[in-house]
Amino acid sequence: MPFGNTHNKMKMKFSSEQEYPDLSKHNNHMAKVLTPAMYEKLRSKETPSGFTLDDVIQTGVDNPGHPFIMTVGCVAGDEETYEVFKELLDPVIEDRHGGYKPSDKHKTDLNSDNLQGGDDLDSNYVLSSRVRTGRSVRGFCLPPHCSRGERRAVEQLSIEALASLSGDLNGKYYALKNMTDAEQQQLIDDHFLFDKPVSPLLLASGMGRDWPDARGIWHNDNKTFLVWVNEEDHLRVISMQKGGNMKEVFNRFCSGLTKIEELFKERGHAFMWNEHLGYVLTCPSNLGTGLRAGVHVKLPNMSKNAKFEDVLKKLRLQKRGTGGVDTAAVGGVFDISNADRLGFSEVELVQMVVDGVKLLVEMEKRLEKGGSIDDLMPAQK
Amino acid sequence: MASSFSRVLSSKRNLGILSVVGGSVTAGFLLHREHLSAGPSVRRLYPASAEYPDLRKHNNCMASNLTPTIYSKLCAKVTPNGYTLDMAIQTGVDNPGHPFIKTVGMVAGDEESYEVFADLLDPIIKERHNGYDPTTMKHPTDLDASKIHSGQFDAKYVLSSRVRTGRSIRGLSLPPACTRAERREVERVVVDALAGLKDDLNGKYYSLTQMTDEEQQQLIDDHFLFDKPVSPLLTCAGMARDWPDARGIWHNNEKTFLIWINEEDHTRVISMEKGGNMKRVFERFCKGLKEVERLIQEKGWEFMWNERLGYILTCPSNLGTGLRAGVHVKLPRLSKDPRFNKILDNLRLQKRGTGGVDTAAVGGTFDISNLDRLGQSEVQLVQTVVDGVNYLIECEKKLEKGQDIKVPPPLKQFK
Repeated sequence: MPFGNTHNKMKMKFSSEQEYPDLSKHNNHMAKVLTPAMYEKLRSKETPSGFTLDDVIQTGVDNPGHPFIMTVGCVAGDEETYEVFKELLDPVIEDRHGGYKPSDKHKTDLNSDNLQGGDDLDSNYVLSSRVRTGRSVRGFCLPPHCSRGERRAVEQLSIEALASLSGDLNGKYYALKNMTDAEQQQLIDDHFLFDKPVSPLLLASGMGRDWPDARGIWHNDNKTFLVWVNEEDHLRVISMQKGGNMKEVFNRFCSGLTKIEELFKERGHAFMWNEHLGYVLTCPSNLGTGLRAGVHVKLPNMSKNAKFEDVLKKLRLQKRGTGGVDTAAVGGVFDISNADRLGFSEVELVQMVVDGVKLLVEMEKRLEKGGSIDDLMPAQK
Repeated sequence: MASSFSRVLSSKRNLGILSVVGGSVTAGFLLHREHLSAGPSVRRLYPASAEYPDLRKHNNCMASNLTPTIYSKLCAKVTPNGYTLDMAIQTGVDNPGHPFIKTVGMVAGDEESYEVFADLLDPIIKERHNGYDPTTMKHPTDLDASKIHSGQFDAKYVLSSRVRTGRSIRGLSLPPACTRAERREVERVVVDALAGLKDDLNGKYYSLTQMTDEEQQQLIDDHFLFDKPVSPLLTCAGMARDWPDARGIWHNNEKTFLIWINEEDHTRVISMEKGGNMKRVFERFCKGLKEVERLIQEKGWEFMWNERLGYILTCPSNLGTGLRAGVHVKLPRLSKDPRFNKILDNLRLQKRGTGGVDTAAVGGTFDISNLDRLGQSEVQLVQTVVDGVNYLIECEKKLEKGQDIKVPPPLKQFK
C-alpha cells in the first residue's frame, strides 16, 4: 500500500520523466532533495515487503508544505525503507536533524539515574511534565504500509505484553472499536483518547486506513503511563503527571519502556533499532530517541520578551501551544520541549529540558520583579 | 508532442495489447492484457481470514456483498496494472456509511477490475442498479438526441437544464490507481482532442496547475471550478493523489459545454444552459460527446465501453450511461404535498438541493434528475426526465388552481 500506487514493475513501462512529480511549488525536505536524477535511480527499487519510492514520497507530493514550517514529506513503510532508499533519506535526515551524517552513530541511554536533578522544577510555574516516544516492532510493516492482518498482529502482541505489566504499571487496554460510551468519555476527560488522524500529512501516507481496526489505548491504573497502539507508529509510549517532577516522570518512562521491551523480546520480537538511526519510526523526524520531553509552564513575561526565541534556540528547546503541535499558547502557558531527536541520547535530551526550563523559570521570576535577564543569557548548547 | 508512451490497439475482444516504446530503465517488454493472471503476485503473510475487514458496523453495498468466502477467493488476484481487491474496497472499509444513505463502498482501478473482481462487483451492481444483472443483461447505448420529444419546459418553472456523464480512456488506469504519467497522458489525449472542436463547441483548456488568478476567479464566478476532493469517500480511494497535477477544466466559449479532466473520472462531460430547453442541452451533449470520440479515435484511442456494463467509470454507481440529466425547477406547492416523494419514485426521478448531492432545497426550488444509470439508454433516461418534469409542472399548476393531483403509476424498470 498505499492504494493506487500499482505494482512497481508495471510503472517501469513509463519513463522517469513522465513519472517525476511536479515539485515546483513544494517546500518540504523531500522536495528539496529529490532531483530527477535521484528519482530515476531509485524508482526501480522496492523493499522486501514491496514499499516503493512513490509510496515513500506520496505524502510530500500531496502536501506541498508551508512557507514557515518545513515538513519532512516522506515516510517509511518498513525498517528496510531506510536502507533501500538511503540516497533520499540520508540527506533528508541530515537536513532535518542538524547535520547528522550517514556515518554518525546514535547513542541510546535509558538509564534515568544518569539524569541530574529534575525533581524540583517550581510547580508554581511548571503545571505538568511529560515524556513521550515511539517504538516499532521488528518484522512488521509500519502504519503507512501494513495490511490489516499485520496491524492486528501488532495489536495482539501489544495486548499480551502490556497485560504482563504489574505494580504501579498494572493497567488495562481499551480497543478503539470495542470501547463503551462510558469508557470513551472517561478517556476523553483524561485527555488520553486519540482519534482518527485528520491531518492530510498522515492521511496521504495511508496511516488512516481501516480505522479504527486494531487501534487502541492502554494505560496504567494510576493514569501516569499510557501506550497508543497503531496510531502514527506501532506504539507511542507516554509518561506524564501534574507538577514539575520530571525526574519521576522520566524514571517511570525508562523503567516502563525497558520492561515492555523485555516482554516483547520474551515473545520473540525486538524493537526496530540500529546503531546509526537508533529507534526506527514511521517519520524520519522521530528517529533516534523519538523522544519529546516537555512541560506546560507559565511564562507570561518571558514569552513577551524580545529575547524569548533566541533563548529557546540556544537551549535547543521548542515552544508549542498547550494543545500540542500546531496550536497557539493560551494565557501565557507554553508547552516547552526538546527540539532534537537524533544524535543525542534520551538522558541528554531530558537533561536539556530540565536545565533549560529551570533557567526559563528563573528568567520569568526576574522579569516579574522588573529585573533584567542579560546576565542569565545562556551559551549555544 | 511525441510520446514514448504506450498505446492501446483495439482488438476484437476490446482488450488491447500494451507495448512499450522506448523506456529508459527496462528494455521494453510486452504485456498481454488478455492474460489477466499475468499480474505479479501479491505479498501475503496472513491467511485471508486474518485480513478480512471488520464490516460489522458498515452499511454500504460492498459490506453487504463481501462475504469471507468471496474475500478469500479474490484477495490474491491482481489486475494487469497491479490493482488488488484490498485497494478496491479500501474506501468502503474506511467509510462505514450512513444508516439512511447507502454508498457503494468500492471503486475500480482500471477497466479489468470489473472482470477480475466480478464475483463482488456483479452483485454490487445488481443491488445498486435495482436488479440489473450484468451476467445476463445487455446495456443499450443511444446518443441520438433527435428522438427526444416535448423536451422544452415551461421557463416559468424550470430555471436551468443540465446533462452530465463521464468517459474513460481505454488503456489507462482510472483515478484510484493511475500513476502520474498515466494521469498526464489522459490530460494530453483529451486536451488534444478538445482542441479540435469547432463552431459552438470551440473552447479553451485551463490547467489547474497553471491557471492565473483571474482565470481562477472567472471559473469560480461561472461555477465551473472544481476543487480537490474533500469527501473521504473519494480521498480514501486515492483519487486526490498528486493534486493538482494533470487536472483541469475545459469549456466552450459560450460556456454551455464543460469538461472536467482527472477529477473523479478521466473526464466528466457537462452540457448546460439557463432555462428549460432540455432538448437543446441534450443535442449539444450528444454532438460534443460524439465529436470528442471521433477526435480521439483519429489518434488511435477509444473510450472504455462494453455491452454488459456500457461506459466504464470509476464508481460502479456511474456505469451504463453515467448520465444524470436534471433541471432546477420551482415546485413550492408540490414539494409540500405528502405525495411528492411517491410521485418522484414512480417517475423514477430523484430530488436534490440546488447545491447538488447532499444539499437541501432552498425556496421550493429543487434539482430533479433521473434515478437510473444502467440498463436504459441515454435517450430513454432523458425522455424519462422530460416526461417526469412535465408531469411535475402539471401537478404544480393544478395545485396553483386548487385542483387535485394524481400519483402516476410506477414506470417500468428496464425497457
